[in-house]
Amino acid sequence: METTIVNHKSKFLAIAEQTKSSLISALPLVVSEAQTALENLDIPTSRHEEWKYTRTTKLQNERFSIQKSSTASIDYRPFEALRLVFVNGVYNASLSDHEKIDGLSIRFDEEIKEQTLIGFDIASSSNFFEALQRATSTSALHIQAEKGAVIEKPIHIVHLIDAAQTLATPSIFVKVHQSASLEINESFISSDATASGLTIRQLWAQVDKNARLEYNKMQDENDLSYQMCLEDIQLADDAYSNFNTLTLNGGWVRNDLRIALNGKNIESNLSGFYLPRNKQLIDNHTKVDHRYPHCVSNELYKGILFDQSTGVFNGKVYVRKDAQKTNAYQNNANIIAGDQAVMNTKPELEIYADDVKCSHGTTTGQLDESAMWYLRSRGIGVDAARRLLTSAFINDVISKISNQQVAEFVIADLTEKNLLYV
Amino acid sequence: MAYEGDEILDSVTSKEYEFGFTTNIETDKAPAGLNEDIIRLISSKKEEPEWLLEWRLDAFRQWLKMTEPEWAHVHYTKPDFQAISYYAAPKKRPKYNSIDEIDPELRRTMEKLGISLEEQKRLSGVAVDFVLDSVSVATSFKEKLAELGIIFCSMSEAVHEHPDLVRKYIGTVVPKSDNFYAALNSAVFTDGSFCYIPKGVRCPMELSTYFRINEAGTGQFERTLVIADEGAYVSYLEGCTAPQRDENQLHAAVVELVALDNAEIKYSTVQNWYPGDKDGKGGVFNFVTKRGLCEGINSKISWTQVETGSAITWKYPSCVLKGDNSIGEFYSVAVTNNAQQADTGTKMIHIGKNTSSTIISKGISAGSSQNSYRGLVQINPSADHARNFSQCDSLLMTDHCGAHTFPYIEVKNKTAKVEHEATTSKIGEDQIFYCLQRGLSEEKAISLIVNGYAKEVLNQLPMEFAVEAQKLLSISLEGSVG
Repeated sequence: METTIVNHKSKFLAIAEQTKSSLISALPLVVSEAQTALENLDIPTSRHEEWKYTRTTKLQNERFSIQKSSTASIDYRPFEALRLVFVNGVYNASLSDHEKIDGLSIRFDEEIKEQTLIGFDIASSSNFFEALQRATSTSALHIQAEKGAVIEKPIHIVHLIDAAQTLATPSIFVKVHQSASLEINESFISSDATASGLTIRQLWAQVDKNARLEYNKMQDENDLSYQMCLEDIQLADDAYSNFNTLTLNGGWVRNDLRIALNGKNIESNLSGFYLPRNKQLIDNHTKVDHRYPHCVSNELYKGILFDQSTGVFNGKVYVRKDAQKTNAYQNNANIIAGDQAVMNTKPELEIYADDVKCSHGTTTGQLDESAMWYLRSRGIGVDAARRLLTSAFINDVISKISNQQVAEFVIADLTEKNLLYV
Repeated sequence: MAYEGDEILDSVTSKEYEFGFTTNIETDKAPAGLNEDIIRLISSKKEEPEWLLEWRLDAFRQWLKMTEPEWAHVHYTKPDFQAISYYAAPKKRPKYNSIDEIDPELRRTMEKLGISLEEQKRLSGVAVDFVLDSVSVATSFKEKLAELGIIFCSMSEAVHEHPDLVRKYIGTVVPKSDNFYAALNSAVFTDGSFCYIPKGVRCPMELSTYFRINEAGTGQFERTLVIADEGAYVSYLEGCTAPQRDENQLHAAVVELVALDNAEIKYSTVQNWYPGDKDGKGGVFNFVTKRGLCEGINSKISWTQVETGSAITWKYPSCVLKGDNSIGEFYSVAVTNNAQQADTGTKMIHIGKNTSSTIISKGISAGSSQNSYRGLVQINPSADHARNFSQCDSLLMTDHCGAHTFPYIEVKNKTAKVEHEATTSKIGEDQIFYCLQRGLSEEKAISLIVNGYAKEVLNQLPMEFAVEAQKLLSISLEGSVG
């Protein structure tokens, strides 16, 4: 048993070794540190508390390799936005838009200088996959909204996987300067049913004093794909962020979202839905870290589990000693629709300050029978009633998306996939 | 009441003998450390049958391969298991000649609890005829219970007198290798309580360890087994509200409950062991494994606990809902003050159809304590139409304590309905203001609010117990207003 684990690990170490020469020059320190970390860390198993419900066995048995960015064309423009494209984890300038927008600067790969990364916590890796991402990241994107700039045009980052057994490890840096406002949408898609691989995308975002960040993440890779999104968001005084994690499809999806409220009077909203089917696994881990007083955080995650799928939700609200007058809310609701579907949920509160109002709630069940009866007694058929209730259930999350076009696209996509029917 | 010293003491010791308590080895103490020889020694001292010795040895061998759990949200220096003497006769408590010799602080607390003078004497080890009273009370109870066929005795006695029942049920709910502390307990348990309620019998009184005289020196490694046969009902009380100045640092008890078809067991605990001083020095480590098995259809197991003592609490009274339509309940108030740390909660394992469970947990943290709720609700694929409701509230009294909630919810059946909610907050300033305005002192106001907060749980306790528990809450929180 021991030897096989080592072998799986060495497979990943070999990839890290191969990519050494092509790494981005701005990150040499990070990379060398990550390489050392990678050797010392083990691939997490279900014995690790954070991985209790999410097996990595299947992933470990796969063989991945770094692919070159192909020049395939892409006509994916589901809503109006400035499109930035990664193909197989590598930024593709020719497929990306180059429109100049006042107050917005976009840099990639070699254009990113070391000093632009000051303030981002990129040095240490706490787990194997994080270290793997850093040790193999050959492409990065840096998006910056200048002080006071209100960027009207949304940004749309598209991650396309179009080869088999691809290891894609893009890094994204977002900096929203004081009083600036920015909307970023991010899509993960597969070119067709044969594309496969492991995507580990790391996002570092800094939202400065009084700045706003709207973030919609749409995960829509195919059933063969493995996907991990690591997110580290830092908010300063008076900042506002709205982060939506919308998982439309994916074989094995893990989201690790950490949000730190590093100032006073911050509002942080997190929402998400997950609709796994077949044998898919979707895992959402969130940590909201209240460090200063007078902040508000809201969290809403909803899921419908079809077929033999598995859902995992682990949300942690952490209120430090100094974070008095914190209001933190967390809600997780699930509908189990599949005969063999499983939902594992673990909402956590860890609180060290007393003058706070914190609560969480979670439910797992079915469509409300009395609501069904109400609709049916008014002449609505079973199917239509079910659709109505399911849509309403998921709509609580969709309504958090501030960009109407994005919301409409999401609804259309769900309808097309026939997921709004339990 | 008059007493005649030695004579009475003699009669008491001989009584203890009668009930199977081996007083003749009172000076016996096994050397520190744990190995197979020690276990053989324990077993032979207790004149146990061969199967039980084998059972203990097997548990010990499995224990050797285990490591201490570290997942709980508590920090402490691990006990050295080889430094403990695993066999000692019940510790002799200092005997006093009059109530005035008792530590005045202890007495004050007892007075506040409303414990009668006689009771105070008994609890603090004053040699009085009250002990004799207690014996007679116990004896008359025993006769009454025997008429109904109820067996209520010490575990050592049960091993000799009812070996078939013990052998049939021991370790069926908490297997030997269940966890580190349960394995340790299985290897070295010295005594405990055994209770069997026969078919269709409704136990007419609350069974309490309190009335069992051989309970006087509760061991470090207790083992309790309660069996309710078909259609039986029993309410069982463990512990008492009076402060327990126990010198044993480590307590690793195991409690197993078995409810057959249509049976109901109600198990209430009040735990008020020595919590250590204000700086967190000393205090009991309470590492207990409690589990009930709803084996039969329509069976019900209900746990109620009021936890105010111990330096470290690691305790998860659980229900395995195996029978169809079975019900599991968990009501808990956990108070931590000063440097206490508690990681407590429950596990509800739904296996049978139409099983339902309720969890109400109220945590109160004061001083610089840490209080965690940790619970598991598991709905297995076979548990059609299972239902769970959990509510876990935490109240924070100072700005340097912590309250944490770690619920695990695993649902593997699409017809199940599971709800969980948790809140954390402090006592509202407006609530205190309201009380002050109406002439209550701040201390009284807090006591009132805390009792109201914990009422849902306290209501589940048998009445006299509930009254004492209320007072206990106030005392535990004395001076903790932050």
